[in-house]
Amino acid sequence: MDYGTLRGVITIVVMVTFVGIFAWAYSSSRKKQFDDAANLVFSDEEMSSASNGSGDKK
Amino acid sequence: MMNHSQPQGADYNYTVVRQFALTTVLWGIVGMAVGVLIAAQLIWPQLNFETPWLTYSRLRPLHTNAVIFAFGTSALFATSYYIVQRTCQTRLFAPKLAAFTFWGWQAIILSAAISLPLGITSGKEYAELEWPIDIAITVVWVSYAVVFFGTIVKRTTSHIYVANWFFGAFIITVAVLHIVNSMAVPLTMTKSYSLYSGAVDAMVQWWYGHNAVGFLLTAGFLGMMYYFVPKQAGRPVYSYRLSIVHFWALIALYIWAGPHHLHYTALPDWTQSLGMVMSLILFAPSWGGMINGIMTLSGAWHKLRTDPILRFLVVSLSFYGMSTFEGPMMAIKTVNALSHYTDWTVGHVHSGALGWVAMVSIGSLYHLIPVLFGHGRMYSTNLINVHFWLATIGTVLYIVSMWISGVMQGLMWRAVNSDGTLTYSFVESLEASYPFYFVRFLGGAFFLAGMFLMAYNVIRTVKAPKDSLPAIAEAKAA
Repeated sequence: MDYGTLRGVITIVVMVTFVGIFAWAYSSSRKKQFDDAANLVFSDEEMSSASNGSGDKK
Repeated sequence: MMNHSQPQGADYNYTVVRQFALTTVLWGIVGMAVGVLIAAQLIWPQLNFETPWLTYSRLRPLHTNAVIFAFGTSALFATSYYIVQRTCQTRLFAPKLAAFTFWGWQAIILSAAISLPLGITSGKEYAELEWPIDIAITVVWVSYAVVFFGTIVKRTTSHIYVANWFFGAFIITVAVLHIVNSMAVPLTMTKSYSLYSGAVDAMVQWWYGHNAVGFLLTAGFLGMMYYFVPKQAGRPVYSYRLSIVHFWALIALYIWAGPHHLHYTALPDWTQSLGMVMSLILFAPSWGGMINGIMTLSGAWHKLRTDPILRFLVVSLSFYGMSTFEGPMMAIKTVNALSHYTDWTVGHVHSGALGWVAMVSIGSLYHLIPVLFGHGRMYSTNLINVHFWLATIGTVLYIVSMWISGVMQGLMWRAVNSDGTLTYSFVESLEASYPFYFVRFLGGAFFLAGMFLMAYNVIRTVKAPKDSLPAIAEAKAA
């Protein structure tokens, strides 16, 4: 494969990867999972009670 | 219950976070004070007092190293150690190694503060430190990576929060950049020669230099943003999905942008064009991050009226948006032909460094310090407000004066008479810049004054008796 073809192939691979990541992130089946992840910022307050054995937060 | 005043030190390892948070303020004052001094030297050259180690040439690298690697990186150490524990809901991995990263990093800062004024330098911008210090940096940095990724491995949550992705990318990339760019042949303990030469040396240097901006000063601080903006606004991030897409786009693109520092040099033409195009595309993921941060406030805009900490964070994002628009524009070759080597570049850097990096760190620290020392709020909210205005006015004075001065220099340097001779000599453009150098000095002094207020506020908060600073009551359910 000559250098020009290689460049073309890499461009396509990178484009497909980007579209793939985009589709993965925006697929509706992952919405809940990402909403939970976004709320990790707020669930950290309960660490002290968790270590007392009173509850495990997931 | 959402209550910041609850002491949580028993669960999370806050010792190293506290140490780094306090040294951030200290090194911020030192680094910015040196900056104000060298800004003054550009107006009043006699301020070098005919002393070699007080000359501009030696203090300039001291200023850049102090603000980037002492102030900025200490802020990143503090916030990453804090955020990785809180969002992984586990204690820091290898606490002794974490303590080593603190003391090791302070030793490196001190050795830089001694060696740079002595004139010991490898001559590479933002990588001036000589080889023994470079090796020490590598050891501390690898320890940092072990602590950070070890904590992620032992997390109790199933998901790795987006802030940790940014911190992770920053830690790995800075290690790679530092090791590759610092490759050198040692001659004595204080002198080495780079393994690279000519155009390759220039390209490696700016591959390093621009990615220090992209990964240390951008990705790392975006990690900070993705925790503290939602936390302070009391709302989850605007779009978690956007954060994933712009994360991968950002780290994939930044690596290629370095050649825009070498337009119209001996670097091959195609490399320059590649750097320009990649820099232009970089605009999209950069604004993805800015929009995501600012839109997190949608529905909570009223909080900006009463909360100066949130104001720090949101204005920092605005400056981030401005400088990541300006950056791609300056990377266009024809624009760069006017802007390069002028004060416009200096203004652009400080729009990012003061407006984005420093202000997001300051906002985060005002959130962090009370939590770390078991208080509900900072000692004085009014002082935070005054600090906010000093920082904002200082940054605006700085960047506007440098824009005007830079465009003026660029136009004067390229002006030619009808017979083809230059219209202006260099020294004429320098004389025309003096008023703007004074405004820049003033802007820097404003910003530094704000840092002193912060130091006072932090000391009063740390020393305050227990339960004397209750959280400001606010009815909000997250």
